[in-house]
Amino acid sequence: MSRSWIWLVIAAIALLAVPLVVRNEFYLNLASQILIYALLAVSLNILLGYGGMVSLGHAAFLGLASYAAVLLLNAGLGHLASAVLALAFSTACGAVFGMLALRASGIGFLMITLALGQIVWGIAYRANTITNGDNGLRYAERPHPFGIDINHAPHFYWFTLAVFAIALFFIWRLSRSPFGAALQGARDQPRRMRMLGHNVWLIQWLAFVLASFWGSVAGLLFVYYNLFISPHAISLQQSAEVLLMAILGGASTLTGPILGAIIITLVKNVASTYIDRWNSLLGAIFVIVIMFMPFGIVPGVRQLWLRWRAPRKQARAA
Amino acid sequence: MQFWIIQTLNSIAFGGLLFLLSSGFSLAFGLMRIPNLAHGAFFMLGAYFGATVTYYGGNFWLAVLAAGLGVGIIGILFERFILRRLAGNVQGQVLVTLGVSFIIADLCLMIWTGDPWTLPAPSELRPPIRFAGFAFPTFRLVVFVIAIVTAVGLYFLMDRTRLGAMIRAGVDDMEMARGVGIPVSLLFTVVFCLGAVLAGIGGTLGAPSLNAYPGLDTDMLPLALIVVILGGAGSLLGAFIGSFAVGFLYNFGIALFPDLAYFILFLPMVLVLVLMPQGLFGRVPS
Repeated sequence: MSRSWIWLVIAAIALLAVPLVVRNEFYLNLASQILIYALLAVSLNILLGYGGMVSLGHAAFLGLASYAAVLLLNAGLGHLASAVLALAFSTACGAVFGMLALRASGIGFLMITLALGQIVWGIAYRANTITNGDNGLRYAERPHPFGIDINHAPHFYWFTLAVFAIALFFIWRLSRSPFGAALQGARDQPRRMRMLGHNVWLIQWLAFVLASFWGSVAGLLFVYYNLFISPHAISLQQSAEVLLMAILGGASTLTGPILGAIIITLVKNVASTYIDRWNSLLGAIFVIVIMFMPFGIVPGVRQLWLRWRAPRKQARAA
Repeated sequence: MQFWIIQTLNSIAFGGLLFLLSSGFSLAFGLMRIPNLAHGAFFMLGAYFGATVTYYGGNFWLAVLAAGLGVGIIGILFERFILRRLAGNVQGQVLVTLGVSFIIADLCLMIWTGDPWTLPAPSELRPPIRFAGFAFPTFRLVVFVIAIVTAVGLYFLMDRTRLGAMIRAGVDDMEMARGVGIPVSLLFTVVFCLGAVLAGIGGTLGAPSLNAYPGLDTDMLPLALIVVILGGAGSLLGAFIGSFAVGFLYNFGIALFPDLAYFILFLPMVLVLVLMPQGLFGRVPS
């Protein structure tokens, strides 16, 4: 077994064992929240890291899936049917949004995703008769996937972890697949890729659809966790937080967004118990990260590690 | 009939406000290639500055002036000390403007609390003009006139002055402009500051109808984005037409279908993006 496999097994055991060690329900729920946000950040990273497309409207998919799931459940559908239809609806919206946003590239893409995200927020906020406006909607109860009760904090954590692991495996495979290579090619050298016969637009659009699908999965988990959805969960601030998670951790890596999600969610929870100026802190972290750590923590640490290792290797060789 | 007249005037006045908001945004975007996502926060700051000046007994027009000046200074500082350090990193610049907008919004919440601040229209403009049996709200007409005067002023600035020629050169081909000795980096500051001043003035002029409240920034920013997506970045005419189009759609949307106002904004944006992705009058391929 290679070294990375050993690390993976250790990480998996550690993550599985969290509920056995952490007995406090508050901290366990925090861990579930981190997993949900990590999934959202990793899904955004399909666009950001592999595709080089900065989206400022990713929380829209969390919102579309959450609202759809609540509304369908309230309309009398079962848990499974409402979950599947909510994912389908949200991903279909992602397909349309992707077509619109990919009319432009670079900053234009960013602006269109921002505008689309704000429109989804605005509909959630203003369409009182459907979404109950600012007061949000309640979700009746958590589902029982495969007959398992996930109402208790440890069970919900394991459920979230399972979904997260599936998503992470999928996205990891994606990044190593020919499609992933084409996506990264379309990011770095779109003209050459086009010349080689790849349909750059289609590649980027598919990436957008996949990102919106996994973002929607995070949305389902979000509404299962909170049993509640309101426009606050899909504001511009939320989209920016997710983007910051990915950038802070390091968008060019698979693990970066996860680390970013851990840090931001912890800082947010810790900070909000002491001060109520979370938005200022978020803005300040944003500015500092962009100005002084544009490539994020994981690549930064990796670089330090390599620099630290390099002289020793030379010494050994000598 | 009175309903349609009032709503039309409201739309025109709101379009004028949007023009003040988005013309500077669009010009800065055209020149610097970045959308200033703190522009909505600048507008909100303008509203709070104006409300504060009148709260302490200042005249309304003094408040407008103070708001323009105050926000303009903040714009200069922001451009010089933060954006400038990230020159060349367009994506970083955009994200920094977003981070700064969060800081501004949160500081506003801290200083002016969560309760909305009202700013009464100047007393001489409060009685409506009566004409042919209908009442026209005077203040809204004045806002519209100010927007038109600003539009004409900006047109002359851009089209007839040396400064405007240099800005247009920078928008069209920045490298050539630099090459022939135009101080493009100084223009960045000038245009960014101009945008901030206009946003600040717009904020105060908008306050009598919109109030100053937390969240005003995120309410206004998407409208400015949609104006620029519709009209095209860097185009004054595009910002003008886009502003009034969005003003009418948004205002009538809210009055007639309050639930769907945002959705109505979405449709023209989709149409323009599908048919002409550079916007109606876009000069800069975005």
